[in-house]
Amino acid sequence: MIVRTLIKRSFYQDSVALMGVARELRGGAGIQEAAALMGTPANRELMEQAGLLTAEAAAAGPNDLVVVVRADSETAADRALARAESLLTERRRRVEAAGRRLPRTLDSARRQLDGANLALISVPGPFAAAEARKALHRGLHVMLFSDNVTLEDEVALKRLAVERGLLLMGPDCGTAYLNGVPLGFANAVPRGRVGLVAASGTGLQQVVSLLAAGGEGVSQAIGVGGRDMSEPVGAAMTLAALDALGGDPGTELVVVVGKPPAPTVRARVEARLRTLGKPVVVAMLGRDVIPGRDGSLHTVTSLEDAAAAALALLARREHRTHSFAGVEDAARRIAERRHALAAGQIAVHGLFAGGTLAYEALLILEPLLGAVGGNLGGSVASPHRILDLGADDLTRGRAHPMLDATLRAEEIARAGKDPDVAVLLVDVVLGHGAAADPAGDIAPALEAAQANARANGRRLAVVASVVGTSADPQGLGRQVARLESAGAWVLASNAQAARAAAGIAGGPRVTEALLGGAAR
Amino acid sequence: MAEIRDLFGLELRVVNVGLESFAAVLDSLGVTVLHVQWVPPAGGDPERARRLALLDDEDGT
Amino acid sequence: MTIGEANGRALDRLTSAQPVLMDCVPARAALGLDERTVLHSGPPLPWERASPPVQAAVLCAIRYEGWAADDAAGRRLVESGRVSLKPCHHAGAAGPMTGIITASMPVFVVENRPLGNRAHATVNEGLGKVLRFGANDASVIARLGWLAREAGPVLGVALREAGGLDLRALMAQAIRMGDEMHQRNIAASALLARALLPHVARAVPDTGAVARIADFIAGNDQFFLNLAMAAAKAAADPCLEILGSTMVATMARNGTDFGVRVAGLGDRWFTAPVNTPEGLYFPGFTAADANPDMGDSAIVETVGLGAFAMAASPAVVRFVGAGGFRDAVRVTEEMAEITLGEHPHFRMPNLDDRGVPVGIDIRKVVETGVTPLINTGIAGRTPGTGQIGAGMVRAPLACFEQALDAFARLQGVA
Repeated sequence: MIVRTLIKRSFYQDSVALMGVARELRGGAGIQEAAALMGTPANRELMEQAGLLTAEAAAAGPNDLVVVVRADSETAADRALARAESLLTERRRRVEAAGRRLPRTLDSARRQLDGANLALISVPGPFAAAEARKALHRGLHVMLFSDNVTLEDEVALKRLAVERGLLLMGPDCGTAYLNGVPLGFANAVPRGRVGLVAASGTGLQQVVSLLAAGGEGVSQAIGVGGRDMSEPVGAAMTLAALDALGGDPGTELVVVVGKPPAPTVRARVEARLRTLGKPVVVAMLGRDVIPGRDGSLHTVTSLEDAAAAALALLARREHRTHSFAGVEDAARRIAERRHALAAGQIAVHGLFAGGTLAYEALLILEPLLGAVGGNLGGSVASPHRILDLGADDLTRGRAHPMLDATLRAEEIARAGKDPDVAVLLVDVVLGHGAAADPAGDIAPALEAAQANARANGRRLAVVASVVGTSADPQGLGRQVARLESAGAWVLASNAQAARAAAGIAGGPRVTEALLGGAAR
Repeated sequence: MAEIRDLFGLELRVVNVGLESFAAVLDSLGVTVLHVQWVPPAGGDPERARRLALLDDEDGT
Repeated sequence: MTIGEANGRALDRLTSAQPVLMDCVPARAALGLDERTVLHSGPPLPWERASPPVQAAVLCAIRYEGWAADDAAGRRLVESGRVSLKPCHHAGAAGPMTGIITASMPVFVVENRPLGNRAHATVNEGLGKVLRFGANDASVIARLGWLAREAGPVLGVALREAGGLDLRALMAQAIRMGDEMHQRNIAASALLARALLPHVARAVPDTGAVARIADFIAGNDQFFLNLAMAAAKAAADPCLEILGSTMVATMARNGTDFGVRVAGLGDRWFTAPVNTPEGLYFPGFTAADANPDMGDSAIVETVGLGAFAMAASPAVVRFVGAGGFRDAVRVTEEMAEITLGEHPHFRMPNLDDRGVPVGIDIRKVVETGVTPLINTGIAGRTPGTGQIGAGMVRAPLACFEQALDAFARLQGVA
């Protein structure tokens, strides 16, 4: 066993790029483990835990890039380090060959890029607020992808943004659409008449993907971050966004996606919604939301319904909710899978890349199945489990599940071995910035888990939804097909998938609740 | 007085500060984007970085 | 006023300077230098910490002035405090390399027209065994004697006859001819000779003296360096009183320490050990022979010239190994990351007449970790060796970090 180190002094690369390098190295012949990290104290700890903290790595500083490989042989290690070197310098070479020199600061970027109007900021949390503030001071709108920004900073930043008439989307804003440009992790959707204000990335992605499937498109989609509607922030960006969309001739209808606002904030937001002068669909997912219509306000309880309501309103037809797109087909499939279960298989295990999708699934499962455990808050003794694999504590030192399926594959394997588990429920999120083949990344694990179950006299039902469009780089059709060939039942939305899972695990009583009575 | 809506009619011209993959995607879509070779300010020293943030242009004597 | 506004004022003051070469007179009169002070380059320097070439040059100057008969006696004068050392910058002057100035040396007088402040520099001795590289023998003293006796007065008479020479216009033209005013001053020196010699011819009846000064100037490619330094100092000095500005107004080295002064922090020096230059060496010399970085000539980079104007002077980039036009441009663009703006008068034809990047901002240096690059000659560590090469050196980051911390405290941010 050979352990070798490569140090590149004063050579910074972002965490996503470095994880890509590490993944490439791990795939090399004879390589047991590889790490590519900046030499910060936290990263050195990670390396130590992985048994990769060599003396050189330990001596590296926070601005030094550290590559460590553990290999079967000297040759394999040499090859890996050479590959690392070429990967790391490739980008620089490409840029320099093109004759352009990349600026080092926002200010020198503005000197090079005349008329810059948006700063897309995704630097590590501790530095993000300062960069955002700089950008606002310079009169740029801001999309703040970074998380780990303090509430205090968020309040101050949004106050500054509102003062200047600028956007501050975020913090933790993963998706937005401005002037038809998809920003961050975003699906390829057409330009259209629907304006959106979203406190969630994957929530927004689900709604716009379904709008696109229905032939509609997005005028503007403004991300406001998950805490915007809390009391301290007071819905500052939500209100500003609503004003902007209200006055935008390209927006005929507004959809608001998020969680229910703090009580003190609710009245202000609702008042603004009512005076918008345009129909509004409100999808604030929570436990006590009552759907219905109140003047120009249409409240729905799922992301799918938000899209459906919007489509119906624009087409001036009535909107009716359905449990499933094809009720009879769904009933048949649910029954098939339920009958194949072995005794004792009672649980739904949800493994999600999208936090809001996980939450939506939880809200759908709870009334049907009772208490649901997992990491969405509150430890509950329950056989059912919903895991948001993108949660902070699960993504420390590893890539987000939208980019890297390693953790999800491990959890799928675990579910396959668990005799309690009846249904595996997953989301697959497509779009710009996401992995190249998310379905393909989990398909082997899904197949193996089902095979494992079968070998032990059980049947593991796999239920999935794909958030995406046919225009996405991954291709919606191709991704659905891949999942189906791996044995998954793919439904048209996250909500339908959650209901299907509940029906399979919960028995006839649940299925009847879902299917008896079409409109809710 | 500037307004958010003022942005809606303009061509988006993006400065990307952080993950290079975002700039690469925008570039591939034909969006005008310039990637900043960002490094942690003050070599990552949090105290000095904090001071730098407070000494931005708009702050003064 | 905001920091941005203060910096705007500082940059404006720096770039609207109009240095005019007025006269050449003994340092005694021009600088108020007494009979027991030796000026040196860089920030304040205790004798014991001075590098060998600096010490050798100080002792040589003491012998030249006649304050001591030999170096042992000269050393005793310095160690006892009867002769004191003082930075050129504190006396209104800037000196290249060892930067030694004493009372009877003639100094050029440069006046900054808009504001009236003045800066001074000696007459560049030429190449080879010279005081500024720590040479210490009779030939050095003989040359210094000639400079004081004949060259200085001749230059003074000619300049007074001319009514002053516009150095800004001359420098702007020299940059368009491939000079960067630090390592390459050949065009500027030629332009100066052209501007000055007719006045020398008219004002100086002694044809022998005219021939000697003409030969002297014609034979020294770096003659203009000292003038560039005085012009730069004249432009930068008035910025030292602009409160709230984070612009660098002085960069200087003494062979031991690198010193930085900031517009909004007045006379305070922020120092750290100098780096050793990297570059190409003359035959027979290697990096092991090099003295650490020295000279007030970094004042040239402080006003956007030297390494900052590298794109205008690609030939210079070869001094750090294989380098072509693209590398030269890269250097200028890197310096643009840490500067406040572009110079309205010093423009680079190679870059579509873009102004040189000027006005180093200590905030940007600390933020990016990009330190100012300085083009420089490399002196031999052994006194008397003279110049052994040329190359580039970085200002130490620590100077800017200290300055930033001090600025933050002043602003009540700490």
